[in-house]
Amino acid sequence: MTSAVKDGTAPELRGFREVQRLAYDCAEAVAAQLRPGVTERDAARMQREWLRRRGVRDWFHLPFAWFGDRTAFTGFKVPLQFFPTNRKLEPGMPFILDMAPVYKGFTADIGYSGCLGPSPLHDKLMADLEAHRELILREVRERRSLRDIYEDVERLMVRQGYANRHRAYPFGVIAHKVDRVAEHRWSPQVFGFGTQSLKGLVSDALHGHRDGWSPLWSPYRFSDHPPRPGLWAVEPHLGFRGTGAKFEEILVVTDSRDPEQSAFWLDDDLPHVRRWAEEKVAA
Amino acid sequence: MNLSGARERRVRTGGIELCVAELGDERRPTVVLVHGYPDSKEVWSDVAVRLAEHWHVVLYDVRGHGRSTAPKPLRGGFTLEKLTDDFLAVADAVSPDRPVHVVGHDWGSVQSWEFATVKRTEGRIASFTSMSGPSLDHFGHWIKRRMTRPTPRRVGQLLGQGAKSWYVYMLHTPVLPELAWRGPLGKRWPRILERMEKVPAGDYPTSSLPDDAAHGAWLYRDNIRYRLRRPRADAYAHVPVQLITPTGDAFLSETLYDELEHWVPQLVRRSLPAKHWVPRTRPDQLASWISEFVTANEDARHEGRPVRDTAARGAYAERFGGQLVLVTGAAGGIGRATAFAFAEAGARVVAVDRDGEGAARTAEMALLIGAPAAWAETVDVSDEQAMEELAEKVAAECGIVDVLVNNAGIGLSGPFLETTSEDWKNVLDVNLWGVIHGCRIFGRQMAERGQGGHIVNTASAAAYQPSRALPAYSTSKAAVLMLSECLRAELAERSIGVSAICPGIVNTNITSTTHFAGADETEERRLQQRTSRLYGLRNYPPEKVADAILKAVVRNQAVVPVTPEARGARLLSRISPGVLRGVARLKPPL
Repeated sequence: MTSAVKDGTAPELRGFREVQRLAYDCAEAVAAQLRPGVTERDAARMQREWLRRRGVRDWFHLPFAWFGDRTAFTGFKVPLQFFPTNRKLEPGMPFILDMAPVYKGFTADIGYSGCLGPSPLHDKLMADLEAHRELILREVRERRSLRDIYEDVERLMVRQGYANRHRAYPFGVIAHKVDRVAEHRWSPQVFGFGTQSLKGLVSDALHGHRDGWSPLWSPYRFSDHPPRPGLWAVEPHLGFRGTGAKFEEILVVTDSRDPEQSAFWLDDDLPHVRRWAEEKVAA
Repeated sequence: MNLSGARERRVRTGGIELCVAELGDERRPTVVLVHGYPDSKEVWSDVAVRLAEHWHVVLYDVRGHGRSTAPKPLRGGFTLEKLTDDFLAVADAVSPDRPVHVVGHDWGSVQSWEFATVKRTEGRIASFTSMSGPSLDHFGHWIKRRMTRPTPRRVGQLLGQGAKSWYVYMLHTPVLPELAWRGPLGKRWPRILERMEKVPAGDYPTSSLPDDAAHGAWLYRDNIRYRLRRPRADAYAHVPVQLITPTGDAFLSETLYDELEHWVPQLVRRSLPAKHWVPRTRPDQLASWISEFVTANEDARHEGRPVRDTAARGAYAERFGGQLVLVTGAAGGIGRATAFAFAEAGARVVAVDRDGEGAARTAEMALLIGAPAAWAETVDVSDEQAMEELAEKVAAECGIVDVLVNNAGIGLSGPFLETTSEDWKNVLDVNLWGVIHGCRIFGRQMAERGQGGHIVNTASAAAYQPSRALPAYSTSKAAVLMLSECLRAELAERSIGVSAICPGIVNTNITSTTHFAGADETEERRLQQRTSRLYGLRNYPPEKVADAILKAVVRNQAVVPVTPEARGARLLSRISPGVLRGVARLKPPL
C-alpha cells in the first residue's frame, strides 16, 4: 500500500476515488429526493438501495441518516442511538447522510450535510468546516501527533463557538483507517458494520498496538503518534445547539519526504469543496 | 389630566358621553388602551407616552369612570354588550377607516376579550394584547372543565383561583363596597398600591378613584355570575392575541391560560416577573412588547400574508423575548453558552469580553439562532472607566439592561505561599472587581429605571469548598458569593433579583489559561494541559450551566450549585463542613 500511495495516480487510489465519488453521488441523489415527512429509516433505505443498484454488495458500515437535532447528536448516550429512527424530516431541518460502501474491494466512508430549505445557521456551520479541512491537512503534513492535531481541531471548534460532536462517536474518533476489503460472496454485518472491514480494522489495531500506533484517530493516548501512512476517513463534526454539520472524506497519508506528497485529500471535487469554491467566487 | 400633549374629545354613545384622549400621529395605526378596575385611563399614561412615539395612541375612560358619564340606572348599565358598543363608537370616531390594535389591562382586558371574540367587531380590530384579565367565557369553561372532571391538580387550581378571587365575592355584596370606596378604602388606596404593589407614587390614581371604584363594582355584578354560568361556546378570537402574564399577580393565577391555544389560533405568550399593576410598574417592557406585536401585525396586513410568529421558540422565550441581556466573559465557555441560551429565547444580547474577536463571534452566532439584535464589546471588566463607558454606550444605544450576567473570570492555582501579591491583584481585579463594577454601574441603572431586572454573578463551587490548590481563586469567588447575597437583600425592594451561580467542574477553556503560582513556564504548560484534559474527561458542558442560569433568573433563585459535585459540596458545607476541610487538605492529583 505504502509504495503505491506515494504516487498520487496509483491505480489503487483510483479505485478509492471511484467509490468515494459513487458514495457522494448517492448522497446528492438521495438528498435531492428528501421531502418533509421522510423518516431517517426511509433515507437510510434510499441510500442502501441506490448503492445496491450500482453494484455495492458489502459495507464498512450501513448507511446512516440523522435529522434535526440528531445531526448534533443531542442526548446521544449509547451507540444504538446512531441508528436511523422514525424521526420525520420537516422544513428547515438539517440532515446528515453518512455511508461507507465497499465497491470492487475498495472502501469509502463519507458524510454529507444538508438542510431542507434555506438556513443561515446551517450555511455558517458548513462554511466554518473549511478551516478544519485546511487545518487537518496542514498539521498532518507537519507530522504532528494525531492526538495533538485532534486537540487543535477541537480548540478551533471551541473558538468558533461549536461543540465537538465527533467526541460522541465510538472512542471519540475523528478519523479511522480504511483499506481494501477482500470480496466474499457472503459478507454479513454485525450491528451495521461489515465483518470484512471490521476484520481489517481489528487486525490493524492488533498490529498497530505492537508497533505503537492505532487505526483510530482519537483524543486518547493510543493516538499519540505521528500520522501513519495509509488512507484515513476523516470526519470533523460540528455541533451547535440543535444543529450539526460534518463532512467525511479520505485523507491519503504517505511516507514521502515531499510535504505536498506526504499527505493530500484523495479528491478535491466533492460537494462541500465545490460549495466553498462557489461561495468564494460569489463573494 | 396628566397626559401631556393629549388631544381630548368626547364621544356620545347610548346616552353616555365618553372622554377620549389621543396622542401621537393620527396617520399612524391606532392603538387603543383600555383600563381596568378601579382605574381610569390615566393608569396607561407611562405606556401611552412611550407608544405615542410610533403610533396613534387612544385612551378612553370606560363608562362610569374618570371623566366619562355613568349610565342611569347603574344596574344593567355595564354589560359586556354595552361596553362593546362604547368601544365601537370610540374606534369609529378615532379610526373610521382602518382596524385598531386593542390593549387591555384587568377589566379592560376582560372587555377586550369580548371585542376580540364577538362577530360584530370583526374587521374593526387588528390585534389584541391582553394582560391580567381573562375572557369570562373562557374562564367559565375553565371552571366547568375542572368541576366536571376533578383531579387533585384541577381541584387545587380551582381552589387556588377561588381564593385569589376573594374581592369578586366582596364586590357582589350590595352597598358595602360603595361605602368602603367612598370612605376609608378610597382614601388609603394610593398607599396600599404603593406598599403592596410597589406602584410608584405620583399622580395616579386620580381623584376620581372613589367614584370610579363605586361605579365599577357594577362591572362585576352585571357580568360575572351570568357569564360564568353560561359561557359562550363560540368565544374564539378572530384576531392575533398577545398574552402578557405577570407572574406575581395576586388576583389571577397563570394556570387560567393553560388551554388558551384552544380559543386563540394565533397566540403569542409573554411572562413578566411583576405584580398586577404592570402598566404602572413596567411601562418600558409593555411598550416594547406592544410595539413589536403591532408592528408584526401591521407588516403582515400590508403584505397580505398571515401573521408570522413574532416570538422566539426556545425554552423561556415567553420570559426573555425582546429583553436586553448583557453577558461578560462572553467570548467562550459559560459566558458564550449563556449568551446563546438567551439568544435562543429571543433576547437582545450584548456580548462583552476582552477578547474582542471571540465576543464578535458570539454576537454573530447569537443573531443566527434567534436574537433580534446582538452587539459585541471589547472591554476588560476590571477596568472601571471602561465599564462606565460601556454602561453609558449600552444605555444610549440599546437601552437599560434587563438581565446582567457578570461571568468574566480567570483561574489561579497554586499554594498560598507561592502566590505573589501580583497574582492576588490580577485574580481579584477580574473575578471580584469585575463583578463589583458590573453590579455597581449596571445595577444602578436598573435601580434608577425602577422597573425591575436581574443580576447573575458567576461564582464557583470553590466559593464554599476550601482547597489548598486554589486559595486565591476560592477567595475571590467566595467574595462574589457573599456580594451577591448582600446585594440580593438590598435590591429585593426594587424588584431586582440577584443570583449566584456555582458551576463546579465544567469543560471550558478557563483551565488552559489558568496561572499556576510557583510553577515555571514548562511546568505551568504541563499543568494547564493536564487540568484541561481532566476537565475534558469530566466533560460537563457549559450549555447546562447556561440553562441553570436562565432557570435561576426565571425562578429568582439565590444560590445555584450546578454540577452534582457542586451540589454535593454545597450540601456538605452546610451539614458537615469538617469533611470539606478534610478534603481541602488533599493534594490534587496533578
